[in-house]
Amino acid sequence: MRAKTKLAAPVDGVGARSVKRQKNRLGGKERRKRLRENYPFLVMLLPAAIVVFLFSYLPIYGILIAFQDFMPGDKIFSDSTIWVGVKNFTRFFTDVQFWPLMKNTFLLCIMGFIIGFPLPILVALMLNALKGRKGAKWLQTIFTAPHFISLVVLVGMLQIFFGRYGLVNNVAANLGFERYSYFLESSAFRPLYILSSNWQDFGWSAVIYIAALSNVDPQQHEAAIMDGASRFQRIRYVDFPAILPMVSVMLIMSIGGLMGVGYEKALLMQTDGNLAVSELIATYVYKRGLTGVPDQAYATAIGLFNSVINVILLIIANKTSKKFSQNSLW
Amino acid sequence: MVSGSQTIQKNALAAAAKNTEKGSAPVLAGNKVEKAGVPVPTKGKAGRKPQGGKGLKKSRVGDRVFYMINGIILGLLALIVLYPLYFIIIASISDPDAVLAGKVVLAPAQLTFTGFEKIMERTDVWRGYLNTIIYTVITVLLSLIVTIPAGWALSRKTLPGKKLWMVYFIIPMFFGGGLIPFYNVMSSLHLVNTIWAIILPSILSVWNLFMTKTFFESSIPDGLIEAAKIDGAGHFYTFGMIVLPLAKAIMAVMALYYAVGQWNGYFNAMIFLQDENKYPLQLVLKEILVASESTVGGSGETILEQYRLANQLKYASVIVSSLPVLMLFPFVQKYFAQGVMIGSLKE
Repeated sequence: MRAKTKLAAPVDGVGARSVKRQKNRLGGKERRKRLRENYPFLVMLLPAAIVVFLFSYLPIYGILIAFQDFMPGDKIFSDSTIWVGVKNFTRFFTDVQFWPLMKNTFLLCIMGFIIGFPLPILVALMLNALKGRKGAKWLQTIFTAPHFISLVVLVGMLQIFFGRYGLVNNVAANLGFERYSYFLESSAFRPLYILSSNWQDFGWSAVIYIAALSNVDPQQHEAAIMDGASRFQRIRYVDFPAILPMVSVMLIMSIGGLMGVGYEKALLMQTDGNLAVSELIATYVYKRGLTGVPDQAYATAIGLFNSVINVILLIIANKTSKKFSQNSLW
Repeated sequence: MVSGSQTIQKNALAAAAKNTEKGSAPVLAGNKVEKAGVPVPTKGKAGRKPQGGKGLKKSRVGDRVFYMINGIILGLLALIVLYPLYFIIIASISDPDAVLAGKVVLAPAQLTFTGFEKIMERTDVWRGYLNTIIYTVITVLLSLIVTIPAGWALSRKTLPGKKLWMVYFIIPMFFGGGLIPFYNVMSSLHLVNTIWAIILPSILSVWNLFMTKTFFESSIPDGLIEAAKIDGAGHFYTFGMIVLPLAKAIMAVMALYYAVGQWNGYFNAMIFLQDENKYPLQLVLKEILVASESTVGGSGETILEQYRLANQLKYASVIVSSLPVLMLFPFVQKYFAQGVMIGSLKE
């Protein structure tokens, strides 16, 4: 059987297809043989599969508590399990915090997206248009450096610069202005959050576009030059179209993350003063679920609500992109 | 960072001398954009390459303006990125009173190293440092053991049930149980307050797995594997003796990614570790760096005094904790340039 397959395989497409069909027909036996031959791959895959099972799939199973009246320490399935349907969700929708949380999360994400999405594309195009290759390399190295700074240090740096006794205030005080604690002001939270995120990651995010740009055929540029195109026109008509597929993919992923801002940075930046805008769905989940008197079922329901929104956004974005361009994640 | 920017200056200047690297060079040449002048030289038609065709004079002038503006903007961007890092360095070696008076902006004033001395005395910082190193080393070792073979297996067409496995690994990229179920799983696995709570969940990132898979697909020639097979090598032997030696690049990148992730993470440690002796560096730093402003009490004078002391420690701790990672990253850069991540999603 095996020899036959081998012989048949290198023929033309039709032949290959018919071999495949034959394989499917002979299913069981052939599959068992393939399994016996290729089980080492399964062994190699096993540790990763176990890790993903433990830390990704078991928590997904744990979502069930969102539909229960759950106390910490309860089993997910037991005789005493009390199923409450969607009560935890309706409770969230009527929570006074619901709209502020939705608004804070959405605004932070959408504002971050408006600045953070185009910026790396622009930077990649500009770096690519730079004349000296060496200079571009160095700039890229500089731009990516902040990505490796931890969030704790980043927020620490924000305080070093914008805290009451930070650089900005020190200089301002020196010039006779009042000291002003940006960390206690609601109005400063989003700008600080978004600007620091962009400062940290624009260079890193640009890398993927830079890689795509390096695949542009130089002949296209030469042809454009022959046609009298300026450098700017070449960016517009040669470089940009070349990274467009990548842009679409990244766009889909960003839209999928539009409500998906994490708790890690926001938690670090929260103060009593800015809580009105810095409390996000994610941070609220953390606080309700793991601090004070934990209400785990409620917190899980809120988290699930948030992830479902993200998945829906992702699917919509992917569908839309598929419709209007050929680019999609799946 | 300072030394970095100096090298860049040198580089850029050299480049400028060599190939009429207009625009970007003078801007890059330091923190003195204002002084050195925006009148960026229109120097040298000398090195310009003949770019085919005639009658392009107009567009060439336009191009020159374009290159100039492009260079200036990128140079400013580099300053924006570098200045905060530079400031922390100069502030860390300046007298705290000078910093508080807003006098340390471009250069250090009244050199002092009290911040670093103070941090040397902090046993919690050094214990955190040691913990972080231990966690990072274990994480990297385990993550390579898990990620590299799995990436190889996923890259093979003959992997039984390949499509299903792909779906199995892709789903967690877009949907997860969320924080609370995750915490409960860790708790039911009896990992809470053990170092494994911060190591085990970090030893596999699906992104990294797919990156590894793509690497193997694109850089290990099929012929090589076929040849090994014909010579009678089994899958394990082939992987160990042929594939692994060719996978040094991806192993380096993965090691660095996982290392940086573990080095910089604080959240898992915060929720899972109660024993301060197990705290990693970031958690200790969090207490030093991110003491919420509103929690500092007392009269104006004592607040100021507290800040005076705390800030010195902050600058020094930022430097001490970020230095190892910042020093690692030029190595990653060498490798990560391929757009490996996204291509891997399709199939």
